[in-house]
Amino acid sequence: MAQFRKATLASLGLLAGLAAAPAALAQAPAPPQAAAPQASEIRIGLIYRPAPAPSSYDAQAAPEDEGLAGARLAIQDNATTGRFVRQSYALDAVALGTAAPGAPPPQSPVDAARDLAAKGLRFIVLALPADEVLAVADALKGSSVVLFNASAPDDRLRGADCRADVFHVAPSRAMQTDALAQFLAFMRWRKLFLITGPQDGDKLWAEAMKRSAKKFGLQISAERPWTFGPLARARGDTPTRAEALVFTRGLDYDVAVVADEAGDFGDYVPFHTVDPRPVAGTQGLVPTTWHPTLEVWGAAQAQNRFRRLAGRLMRPLDYQVWAAVRAVGEAAFQRKTTDPAALTAAIADPAFSLPGYKGVALSFRPWDHQLRQPLLLVQPQALVAVAPEQGYLHQRTPLDTLGIDLPETQCKLAKS
Amino acid sequence: MSRHRIRPAQAAQTAAILAALLAAAPAHATTVYVSNEKGNSVSVIDVETLKVTATWPVGRRPRGITVGKDGSLLYVCASDDDRIDVLDTKTGKIVRSLRSGPDPEQFIAHPSGNPLYVANEDDSQVTVLDIEKNKVVAEVPVGVEPEGMGLSPDGSILVNTSETTNMAHFIDTKTFQVIDNVLVDARPRFAEFSQDGRWLWVSAEVGGTVSVIDVETRKVVKKITFKIPGVTDEQIQPVGVRLTRDGTKAFVALGPANRVAVVDAKTYEVQKYLPVGQRVWQLAFTPDQKLLFSTNGTSNDVSVIDVEALKVTKSIPVGLLPWGVAVSPQ
Repeated sequence: MAQFRKATLASLGLLAGLAAAPAALAQAPAPPQAAAPQASEIRIGLIYRPAPAPSSYDAQAAPEDEGLAGARLAIQDNATTGRFVRQSYALDAVALGTAAPGAPPPQSPVDAARDLAAKGLRFIVLALPADEVLAVADALKGSSVVLFNASAPDDRLRGADCRADVFHVAPSRAMQTDALAQFLAFMRWRKLFLITGPQDGDKLWAEAMKRSAKKFGLQISAERPWTFGPLARARGDTPTRAEALVFTRGLDYDVAVVADEAGDFGDYVPFHTVDPRPVAGTQGLVPTTWHPTLEVWGAAQAQNRFRRLAGRLMRPLDYQVWAAVRAVGEAAFQRKTTDPAALTAAIADPAFSLPGYKGVALSFRPWDHQLRQPLLLVQPQALVAVAPEQGYLHQRTPLDTLGIDLPETQCKLAKS
Repeated sequence: MSRHRIRPAQAAQTAAILAALLAAAPAHATTVYVSNEKGNSVSVIDVETLKVTATWPVGRRPRGITVGKDGSLLYVCASDDDRIDVLDTKTGKIVRSLRSGPDPEQFIAHPSGNPLYVANEDDSQVTVLDIEKNKVVAEVPVGVEPEGMGLSPDGSILVNTSETTNMAHFIDTKTFQVIDNVLVDARPRFAEFSQDGRWLWVSAEVGGTVSVIDVETRKVVKKITFKIPGVTDEQIQPVGVRLTRDGTKAFVALGPANRVAVVDAKTYEVQKYLPVGQRVWQLAFTPDQKLLFSTNGTSNDVSVIDVEALKVTKSIPVGLLPWGVAVSPQ
């Protein structure tokens, strides 16, 4: 059935062509091949690094096609609309290998991006860390290739290290922590106990949280580094560890906020604090772009389409890659062109509007090319709130209450 | 919802009482039917008393709802059961289920009463269904997430709006070919023809606008926008649109803005915003167009609008997450 569907979809381009010239078809029994005009094709690249194969049992392992499946759905969505406007869409996905002893070194993201650019691609989605995003952007500078950063949350990519040719679909850390801070302020849980992990990303996340706390009138009433190792990963045989339990003793706080981007310990903290306190941050109550329980604003349809295509639930990275690929398609539909320069201008236009199942149209901020978007606050099995919270106002749009605003940006977008 | 849910024995009793009522009441009692998306039920409202007289269980996720030509049958899209339930309006019993294709969301009947044109939201197609034979006549490929369904008064042109493709697809009802596609703003939810067939009104939920399309040239001639003091632009999300028969007024349901806008259908000026329940989506007139009913999803009620006075006169509690509304022909 699925196979049949695919074949039907593929032939639809042809159908659309026929539908446009029904008269010609009726008169000429054998229409010449050239009569059907060629749909113009937009090829979109994706460079990603598949998650390494999990250990024999890992209940929460990232799927190998994380991100890739989102790109496939967006290509399918673009193509469905494209057949009405004579546009077709194709994906060039490059899965980077991981270095292994004895094996030849894997292809670098820069080489992969250069290859895609050499094949004529003008839009490439990157699901890569910040340093690699920058390396690719600098290597392709001047080649009029537009890059979408679908996974790196680093604020420097939207600040001092911003690049004119990079659009950020992933929410920055500042947006994530602002979303959480708005919720905590709304609940009047003002005293935060910040627990920061050992990795660089954890420290950046904690810094962003401190900035957000100040912005929304919260107080960091206690702060500790996490020094007990990846207890959240040591499932089963070491359920509790005394020193980890007591390190929350004698503190005055409303909510524990964990900064643990790798997921090493954050899930260990809930129910292990001395005082009964909720946990939020990178685990517990989490700000994110997508969650299986989102079904309003038409999201149920996207969830279903995704599940049919990928055989699993849609994850935030899938959604972010989806949004990047859809942004290209949406620009092409709105401007009725496939000309890359015109599409780039459309995407950068403050009036650009990308529907993303969040109840409002999404657009890119002109000052740092960050996608404005509501963020979901979720706990593992439920949607808790959507930021911006009601009542947070802004002269442009409430969405600009999340993240770095124009007056404070360090980004100077130079046209390459 | 359970408080509205009626147990089978009770349902039979209610149906019996209702049947008795219907038999006793004057032949022209007008009835309003509301589909409750999360309640998996239809609330039945008597227009004279403006009270819920029955709640009928139907298939899962009922959304689109319409009454057959003579008022004896009610059609309900049971989206999650991939079928259309047909209810006897005398008994409230499901008498048949139709093969709607997957995930039917909205539909519209040909002026003759048959066929039914169904938007299959999950499947990017419109299904043309012969309701007498329960047979699919055609499947028309359209954009992503088809929803709104409008039919020209003469039944010759069907319009489907696709929520993610953001187009109004014009379909020839004789050939089942898409003859044109008109780009509108983000997430078009509803399509409504004017009585003279010249104009098509299409709402865009995320775009926050209503596009008025010249049906002959298929060009957007006007984009209506809405401004409400104290309500952010993001909360203004137009969904249901209804035009008066005399072509003077349009009513537009504005979703989480919790208002129904009254628009002068000639000048396209917004005349008034009527406060209704929360997250207002669909609208339906009584046959005499004296009353307009709105479904308010989040507040689980239906608002009654006096069309002449332009006032909200009543709100009627219904089932969980009311979605669609249809009114019997007499």
